[in-house]
Amino acid sequence: MTHTEKRIFINRFVMILSTLSAAVGIAFLLWILTVLVINGIEAINWNIFAFEGAPPGYEESGLKHALIGQTMLIGVSTLIGVPLGILAGTYLSEYGGLKSKLANIIRDISDIMMSAPSIVIGSFVYAIFVAPFGHFSGWAGIVALSIIMIPIILRTTDDMLQLVPTTLREAAFALGAPKYKVIMQIVLRGAKTGILTGVLLGVARVSGETAPLLFTSFNDNFLNTDLSEPIASLTVTMFNYATSPYEDWQKLGWAAAFILSMFILGLNILGRLLLLTRKKRK
Amino acid sequence: MNKFLDRFFHLSTLSIALLTLLVTGAIFGVLYQEAKPAMDAFGFDFLVNSKWAPNLEKFGAFPAIVGSIMSTALAMALAIPVAIGVAIFLSEIAPAKLKSPVGVSIELLAAIPSVIYGMWGLFYFVPIIRDLFGGLGIGLLTAGIVLAVMVLPFMAAVTRDAMNTTPDILKESAYALGGTKWDVIKDIVIPYAKAGIIGATILALGRAIGETMAVTFVMGNVHKIPSHITDPATSIPVALANEFAEADEGLYFSSLFYLAMVLFIISFAIIAFAKFAFLKRGRA
Repeated sequence: MTHTEKRIFINRFVMILSTLSAAVGIAFLLWILTVLVINGIEAINWNIFAFEGAPPGYEESGLKHALIGQTMLIGVSTLIGVPLGILAGTYLSEYGGLKSKLANIIRDISDIMMSAPSIVIGSFVYAIFVAPFGHFSGWAGIVALSIIMIPIILRTTDDMLQLVPTTLREAAFALGAPKYKVIMQIVLRGAKTGILTGVLLGVARVSGETAPLLFTSFNDNFLNTDLSEPIASLTVTMFNYATSPYEDWQKLGWAAAFILSMFILGLNILGRLLLLTRKKRK
Repeated sequence: MNKFLDRFFHLSTLSIALLTLLVTGAIFGVLYQEAKPAMDAFGFDFLVNSKWAPNLEKFGAFPAIVGSIMSTALAMALAIPVAIGVAIFLSEIAPAKLKSPVGVSIELLAAIPSVIYGMWGLFYFVPIIRDLFGGLGIGLLTAGIVLAVMVLPFMAAVTRDAMNTTPDILKESAYALGGTKWDVIKDIVIPYAKAGIIGATILALGRAIGETMAVTFVMGNVHKIPSHITDPATSIPVALANEFAEADEGLYFSSLFYLAMVLFIISFAIIAFAKFAFLKRGRA
């Protein structure tokens, strides 16, 4: 074999190897997706939206309690996490800037907290919000989810605001606008789409969190809308049902998994589309 | 009036930004305070002691720490080559028509909650391992594989992004010199993207070691050093997820907080290392 032939052979070998590993990776991921869709569609019916949890074996059991609980948990944490995240991100970009030491420390810590184990955040919230009150509560779950959400929103807001051209700010200043007005009416408005994308992705990320809810909002097999009591979430319900030995509960678990993933994928796709339309307009 | 509002807006955004630091500090502080009784009782022996017996009030974290390290190492060993293969495929090999749909679907898969990966592992992967190796099918090997599948999309996407930063002009020069695709990948793309690839890998490692839901289903939570790779084991997050809600006050509880603190410190350190050593963002 000549040197050239050898090089061509090695090249071909590596190309095949790499394509194969891509195929293996993608096959695994397709496998999960197929499993999710097939089991999910099979398990979904009207009962799921009409009934609360029931003992195994009952025909009339559903996920109404978990759907409502999940909506409340995610809704309230969004109401807390989004404004706080946006305001903090605004500080980083508009008052801190890229050279401020404080702003950079906050950026670094937020980046780290974005990947920090969420179960640790759950145990932290347990110590300050569950143990002192003596019982699990929806509020504790909301605090945990907000702690996870804030760094995500903060970092995207920061990044998006920095994309707003300085000339826009200067133009507004030149018209005599005070800084807070420039920020609220020019900078934040200019970065609207980008921030919205960040919010969507943040909500999507938090919606799938299970570990921090296990011992904060805990679970409830029945409908509860009182946030000072333990409350059901899709994720914890999914975990409990999937690990139970009852087939009808496992089926409900798949239905919950399917609904949740469709919601999260939908948010992600929506976020991407928003960014695309913004790019097109430019 | 405007001056007042200006100050007010400045100070309120500042205090919210500081809140993030405060929360991070509070997590360390509260975990330390809650772990204190266990630290006083066991000291650092906690980390190397392998007896975990709640009924005897004896706690050692060694099995959980070993389980965390082994399952993560296994996951990394499986995921790294595949992720790099996928990244090379996406950035250098795939035809333009495939690049974006495959790339986007991998990114979307990274968004699927880990609890679903865990569920898939429990229902579809455990039986396979059981048939192949006997035993329960629940254990270190299964956890490592499920974890690998879970971190794969994230790792592949970030590695691909790092590879995509290689300037076309560098690659084109290499092709012009007669380089094959593989020559270009190994001599241009990988050296150029090295820091990004290593950073992505370490970041994925930091995430994997703290991952709870993907492994809780399939690990078994047995506080013993597994003698075989298919034996049930435990890891720090698995122990926390399984035992936190049922532990009562006292030493048991405090030991779990000790575990949580160890986990927080380990993953904080790993993620910070990945960020500062390899993933410095351009802050010009």
